[in-house]
Amino acid sequence: MSETQVFDLPKVWNADVHTHYCPGCTHGVAHRLVCEAIEELGIQSRTIGIAPVGCAVLMHQYLDLDFIEAAHGRAPAVASGIKAVRPDKIVFTYQGDGDLASIGMGEIVHTMNRSLPLTVVFINNAIYGMTGGQMAPTTLLGQKSTTSPAGRDAKTNGYPIRMCEMLATLAGPAYIERVALTQPKYIIKARQAILRAFKNQVEGKGMSFVELLSTCPTNWGMRPTDACKWLEENMMPYYPLGVFKDFA
Amino acid sequence: MARTLMKGTEAIAEAAIQAGCKYFFGYPITPQNEIPEYMSAHLPKVGGTYLQAESEIASINMVMGGASTGYRVMTTSSSPGISLMSEGISYIAMAELPCVIINISRGGPGLGNILPAQGDYRQATSGGGHGDYNIVVLAPGNLQEAVNFTQDAFDLSQKYRTPVLVLADGFMGQMMEAVEISPRRTEAPSSNADWALGWWDERGGRHATIYSMQLDPDALEAHDTHLQEKYARIRASEARFEALMVDDAELVLTAYGTTSRVCRSAIGNLRAEGYKVGMIRPLTLWPFPSAGYADLPKSVKGILDVEMSAAFQMLDDVRLASLCDLPIATTGRWGGFSPSVRQIEDKCKELLKKQGGA
Repeated sequence: MSETQVFDLPKVWNADVHTHYCPGCTHGVAHRLVCEAIEELGIQSRTIGIAPVGCAVLMHQYLDLDFIEAAHGRAPAVASGIKAVRPDKIVFTYQGDGDLASIGMGEIVHTMNRSLPLTVVFINNAIYGMTGGQMAPTTLLGQKSTTSPAGRDAKTNGYPIRMCEMLATLAGPAYIERVALTQPKYIIKARQAILRAFKNQVEGKGMSFVELLSTCPTNWGMRPTDACKWLEENMMPYYPLGVFKDFA
Repeated sequence: MARTLMKGTEAIAEAAIQAGCKYFFGYPITPQNEIPEYMSAHLPKVGGTYLQAESEIASINMVMGGASTGYRVMTTSSSPGISLMSEGISYIAMAELPCVIINISRGGPGLGNILPAQGDYRQATSGGGHGDYNIVVLAPGNLQEAVNFTQDAFDLSQKYRTPVLVLADGFMGQMMEAVEISPRRTEAPSSNADWALGWWDERGGRHATIYSMQLDPDALEAHDTHLQEKYARIRASEARFEALMVDDAELVLTAYGTTSRVCRSAIGNLRAEGYKVGMIRPLTLWPFPSAGYADLPKSVKGILDVEMSAAFQMLDDVRLASLCDLPIATTGRWGGFSPSVRQIEDKCKELLKKQGGA
């Protein structure tokens, strides 16, 4: 047998700080994957993160990195400003679906298209988490939320927006992939995608975007295991996993 | 450089570059387009970057990102664009980042028109956005001042870690005058390593965090108090005004920017005819130079506020500054007009006649 491997948390993770995330929420997994990618690439001291408005607004307390909080939806603009001044830094945004696909739709589209080498980690849990479960642009048809109590109706609320597919029509971005966080087999792929999205920036290969299908057991009103099942049965058919663009 | 005939917008752009600003974020809007145009042509020559945003909302947030690194950054716009930036300005003030914003103001409200106006006084002096904050507002009255104030704006923003706005109406942006633009000494961006992002090693291997959310009410109360203490220091040290021929004046005009130029001409003519008129011209609109009005000589019987604003937005500040002791009259034009020298002279004569003066 070879040597014993000891499990440890990534150094980038502030292990002393308790997160405010709800039990069963996948933000913890997503944060960890970001930490692992940064650690593996050895870029902790030159990485700058942009926290969104939403559940991840306090992520700067959990990751031992330079961080700035952006206004709601504006993280890609803040990232562009930083990257324009410091092209030597590794700059990433971490945004939810309300932040990125609703109020920040303009910023994400133009930032993707401008194609400064940046990394975007997009958490799609089909709902507004922090504000208490309101309908998001990604909420599925028929899905109940506090502002679609009878289920999302396309007649008044339109259809859930598929960000990867839409952004893949742009000439700017280098890499776009959708992954999920519900099972180890998906998390392993998610880890590879996030690593890739950071590595692309380290190598100056352009704009990278990874969408993580995520659960929100609290606002979905489900047990964490049921939430994972619901995601796979309902979100995955509408938001198919896969690579939508790979020019890197 | 030697004195050169330049357009206001271009002089402001060159002044910023000479003050060490190598990063500009902006969005087209008339009447300030020559600034982003100048920046897009000149910044690459000094190793800088011009980044055109998709909106003023994005511009100001790019400015926030750029400012967070400790480098000198700026954006420019005109009235409707500044309204869109107001959210971002509030965040930048809260996060205490230095940056410079220029408003070449135009007629409003709404889309208004693209002609000069002074209808943004209240927006500028209130800070524009939500919450308990202010920004420093400088109001040049000629193009050399526009150059100097643009450079001062960078120094003040650095000194107090606050956004600084240069409010210059469309005439100031579009007119040409001879200006001299000198390089302004600046400290290396790494001198901001104690708070700025991107200086991990310089800070001794520790991260920096820039944030505006303070969920704990104790922390927010303390931070808001800290901001007010900073504003008190700015009020105490940075208020500026010009006093013109007020020592023996019976009527004191008050105006800033373009209207102060028209007043200056009117005062020259009226003095030649023996009328005792002078002017208090605020150079900073926030902090408002109250001392200029509180210390007026006993000879002064009234004040005439001259503005290109239908609402005479500066009037309340003048009233408070003069402790409501003196009658204050108003005259002006708006909608894209400036008052004429004749209009101001006639108004002065009418007021002096009522006062029983000359």
